[in-house]
Amino acid sequence: MNNIKMPILAVVLILVIVAIGSSAFIVNETEQVILTQFGKPIREPITTPGIHFKIPMVQVANFFDKRFLEWDGDPNQVPTKDKRFIWVDTYARWSIKDPLLFFQRVRDERWAQSRLDDILDGETRNAIAKHLLVEVVRSTNREPVLPEGLVEGEITTTLQEIRFGREKITREIVEAAAVRTLELGIELHDLRLKRINYVEEVQKKIFERMITERKRIADKFRSEGQGEASKILGDKERELKKIQSGAYKKAQEIIGKADAEATVIYAKAYNRSSESREFYRFLKTMETYQTTLSEKDWLILSTKGDFFKYLSSRSGK
Amino acid sequence: MDKTPFDLSDFKKFKPPQINMKKLIWIVPLLLIVIFGYSLFFTVSPEEVGVILRLGKFTRTASPGLNFKLPFGIEKAYKVPVERQLKQEFGFRTSSPGTRTKYSSRKYQEESLMLTGDLNAAEVEWIVQFRINDPYKFLFRVRNAVQTFRDMNEAVMREIVGDRTVDEVITVGRQEVATTAEVMLQELSDQYELGIKVEQVVLQDVNAPEPVQPAFNEVNEAEQEKEKLINQAKSEYNKVIPKARGEAQRTIEEAKGYALERVNNARGEAAKFSSVFIEYLRAKEVTRQRIYLETMNDVMQKVGRKLITDEEATGILPLFQFEKGGVKK
Repeated sequence: MNNIKMPILAVVLILVIVAIGSSAFIVNETEQVILTQFGKPIREPITTPGIHFKIPMVQVANFFDKRFLEWDGDPNQVPTKDKRFIWVDTYARWSIKDPLLFFQRVRDERWAQSRLDDILDGETRNAIAKHLLVEVVRSTNREPVLPEGLVEGEITTTLQEIRFGREKITREIVEAAAVRTLELGIELHDLRLKRINYVEEVQKKIFERMITERKRIADKFRSEGQGEASKILGDKERELKKIQSGAYKKAQEIIGKADAEATVIYAKAYNRSSESREFYRFLKTMETYQTTLSEKDWLILSTKGDFFKYLSSRSGK
Repeated sequence: MDKTPFDLSDFKKFKPPQINMKKLIWIVPLLLIVIFGYSLFFTVSPEEVGVILRLGKFTRTASPGLNFKLPFGIEKAYKVPVERQLKQEFGFRTSSPGTRTKYSSRKYQEESLMLTGDLNAAEVEWIVQFRINDPYKFLFRVRNAVQTFRDMNEAVMREIVGDRTVDEVITVGRQEVATTAEVMLQELSDQYELGIKVEQVVLQDVNAPEPVQPAFNEVNEAEQEKEKLINQAKSEYNKVIPKARGEAQRTIEEAKGYALERVNNARGEAAKFSSVFIEYLRAKEVTRQRIYLETMNDVMQKVGRKLITDEEATGILPLFQFEKGGVKK
């Protein structure tokens, strides 16, 4: 009896396990499931994680991602309103809001990505073509902080005022695109400009402009340097002359005063009476004889003079 | 003895070893126990935290060390490094970290080149340091969380740089850009439910684009040249003027010295004259004669050639033959 029961029990056990196995499915934290019966969806989507059951073979569990998903567009060449061509690379954040609708419209993620390409690229293009380049680049109207040494006005390229700005434009894109993605059961949460760059020829021109501007500033510095240096050297010359002439003047004044004072002293001494004047003349003449007559000179003397008067006679007469 | 390498008759003798059924039965439970054990234990490293899903549903977290879980895939453990500080690099890559870090020579310009607010361009390299502070969110809310974080970084940095001039970004505004980036990244991370805490944004090399750099450097050089020229002129000034002032002072002092000397000499001579004059007044004739003779004494001695003439002498020519002394008649 046992011999027959064992294999039968084993078969029954196996069948039960298989039955459970194909009727149970696990939904994890990142997934949401729609059950379809013969291709038609039944019931609401299952979003709570854990183990769930379905009728085996008849019902099929379709898995969708519950998480925030990413979309990264290919870089596109897009013109702005002021005819500047730029490379725009965007990324977006979306999720499957209505898996049922998603399943009906788009079927799976591959198709969804392709539809998103169309919608998001299209809306991005529209938005950028409606605005000037500076509106796409800037976000606020903040004033620039100038680095030391550079004065306002020296740099011609500066922050221009904007009326919209990057943030507003991307919001525009999201609003416009979200309406369209909702029809696919997709909720668009965010879109951002990951990269913006100039197209090759435009970039060359921009670089040339930057180079020219910097060269101009460099020249300005150099000429400023030379100008100020000249001024300082000029000051130096002027100051020098002033000091030298001032000193000369003062010295001459001092000398002049001293000479005048000496003259007064001499006059007081020599000029006090006619006798003193005469005596001074006598003394001075004597001194002069001493200093001016030397070995080389001829002296012609007359015997009539005072010196030789004793030569002719004893009494000097 | 024949030694043949291979003989078909040998082959018939060869029988496969008998499989002992009894022994084999023990292998199966042994295998089961091993698999069971393997799926029962798991270790969590000190910097990690374990996130346990039971039948797909999040039930608990596991702390570092040896942990148990229900086997055979009933419970699955995901390990998340929540304590480790993680880093993402933009615009460059470290090829081998260490005391002397090596960087990849590839430029990653597509990440670093960006437009500035004045419609110029700059190359910006940066790193972001962050930690996973909510492992559940990090694992289960966002698909490709790290890639999303990277995209976010690029978008945020470009937004900030796009609102500043190239000069601000390269020089004075560096710190401000980094701090603003930190704030914006954290806001967005929270909004995106990434479960990430942004610790710091650090700018690395920030430069004007390569083709333009020489011109930017030229500006710095020109600025330095300007300084140099001005300093040279100033030092020239400082070399000459104080010296001139010193000399001016000296000239004046010399003049003062002359003045003093002149006045003193005058006073001295005047005094001398006065005293001689007073003596003279006491004995006029005698004093005169004395002075006269003293003078003539000196003069006669000094003078080399003397000629004494007499009123009554008629010609002097014949007398010139004599060198010194007078001529006696």
